[in-house]
Amino acid sequence: MFQIRIHGRGGQGVVTATEMLSVAAFEEGKHAQAFPSFGSERTGAPVVSFCRIDDKEIRLREPIMEPDALIIQDPTLLHQIDVFSGLKQDGYVLLNTSHSFEVLGLGELIRKMKPERLCTLPATELGLKNVGRPIPNVPLIAGFAALSGTIKLGSVVKAINEKFSGKVAEGNIAAATEAYNIVKKEMEERVHA
Amino acid sequence: MLKQTEGSKAVAEAVALCRPEVICAYPISPQTHIVEALGAMVKSGKLTPCEFINVESEFAAMSVAIGSSSAGARSYTATASQGLLFMVEAVYNASGLGLPIVMTVANRAIGAPINIWNDHSDSLSQRDSGWMQLFAETNQEAVDLHIQAFKLAEELSMPVMVCMDGFILTHAFERVDIPSQEQVDAYLPPYEPRQVLDPNEPISIGAMVGPEAFMEVRYLAHAKQMQALERIPQLAEEFKQQFGRDSGGLIRTYRIEDAETVIIAMGSVLGTIKDTVDEMREEGHKIGVLGIISFRPFPLEEVRAALIHCKRFLVLEKSLAVGMGGIVATNVRMAVTGSGLKGFTAIAGLGGRSIPKASLHKLFREAEKEELEPVTFVDLDHDAVNKQLERERQTRHSGPIAENILYDKGIASAAKFG
Repeated sequence: MFQIRIHGRGGQGVVTATEMLSVAAFEEGKHAQAFPSFGSERTGAPVVSFCRIDDKEIRLREPIMEPDALIIQDPTLLHQIDVFSGLKQDGYVLLNTSHSFEVLGLGELIRKMKPERLCTLPATELGLKNVGRPIPNVPLIAGFAALSGTIKLGSVVKAINEKFSGKVAEGNIAAATEAYNIVKKEMEERVHA
Repeated sequence: MLKQTEGSKAVAEAVALCRPEVICAYPISPQTHIVEALGAMVKSGKLTPCEFINVESEFAAMSVAIGSSSAGARSYTATASQGLLFMVEAVYNASGLGLPIVMTVANRAIGAPINIWNDHSDSLSQRDSGWMQLFAETNQEAVDLHIQAFKLAEELSMPVMVCMDGFILTHAFERVDIPSQEQVDAYLPPYEPRQVLDPNEPISIGAMVGPEAFMEVRYLAHAKQMQALERIPQLAEEFKQQFGRDSGGLIRTYRIEDAETVIIAMGSVLGTIKDTVDEMREEGHKIGVLGIISFRPFPLEEVRAALIHCKRFLVLEKSLAVGMGGIVATNVRMAVTGSGLKGFTAIAGLGGRSIPKASLHKLFREAEKEELEPVTFVDLDHDAVNKQLERERQTRHSGPIAENILYDKGIASAAKFG
């Protein structure tokens, strides 16, 4: 079982992101379970959402306390809550920022982890550029597909088409594709570096 | 059709497939997405003929359902928590009048303190209301139980609550097989009411009944639930023939054959319990699970038969009979009266507290060794409780309990962050 935890703020599409991840995994014939942290969320308040992916039926209903992957939609959360809580040593981290891990004061933390599983992505900018709104969720799940290989970009596109239509779907697909390519390139460069 | 969807949306689709003619509801978390989706289906013409009636309260929602059901319409509503409590007088009337209304309860705690999260306090408070209560373990089962519930309700002319864990199921995206209209039509015949308010053939429904007949009317409500004990397994079997999967029934056992310890629970927590039990089985523990699907009627005989060969049982429930202990546990103990079986009660998950596998591993091992108190509160923060008790000893003006506990917890978590 592969477990993903997404941290963000109310209004950033955190819950939608895990739902779309689960739809993408379902499109690949996998079992998936997505659920929010069930708060009375407000715009701007910290929000957590969860997604499990497995080849067999998922029965477990506890929150994800030891994630295989973290997607952090808002870097300002780093100093507010312990987003890395329980993250596995060989886990994946995708952080929405135009800065580097070092600049954000995470140099120490990432040195303990596998560098090929860590990446930053300017997802808010990609959302603004392609959809016209500063919503980072879709670029991040596409970036996560590139980072982890857990799901394919094509499945993310299917999930986008299920959730949105018309121009919004087109914009999101463009944002997803660009995000996927950025992360893919970044990871390839890191392998060859 | 298999799809990856939200529990609430799946249930709304299932209800629509049952061709309700009147839906009336008042929104309350975590039920809201169900009735929103149904409202949209009525408005778009996808669900027709059906009237969606906006009401001003839950009391009105159940009152409208009573009216529309009396007029011969297949009637549906949904609620949770304080909403269910607000409609209680009408809830009793619906069953007392023998009206086959189906209602989803998206199970949620009852305040005060106000809390929107899941436990089973709401529907269990209505255990003696005369409504049948079926508990879903997964979103697939929630879908399937609604289809079975309309058939059960209408055959017996008694109302049914389908209970699904608020948020944990209602807001979870998972794989659900939504049946076709043809399949549902083949399973669920059109509603043929036993009593109809019809201006052309006037009758009254709701007579005042004195001591000369009241006992008989109440007894018949009980007799109908006893009939349901026979009918529920048959409906599950007929469902399996039509839809090809096991769903519903009175109880469901898991790895119970040679079990010395049996864990009993209702609803979605059964999934986490089964995963825990699988891990313990791998280590050689003789442990199994008994899931109760039908809480009302309560299947005394089936529960007794499932438990009679074990050595001890533990009822894990998301409800608390304040001043007594467990609610489900009391029913289970009734089922094993005279058997000499050792029984324990664990109260867990109140107000949405998560029930992690790690806590279950510890609890189940203690149950195996019979080291538990008769009633255990899983993951209770004893420090917080003792601090408040001490505060009450120290000062008469100790203030509001909930605010005090929140304050203490805030201090404790701030200290952890350094």
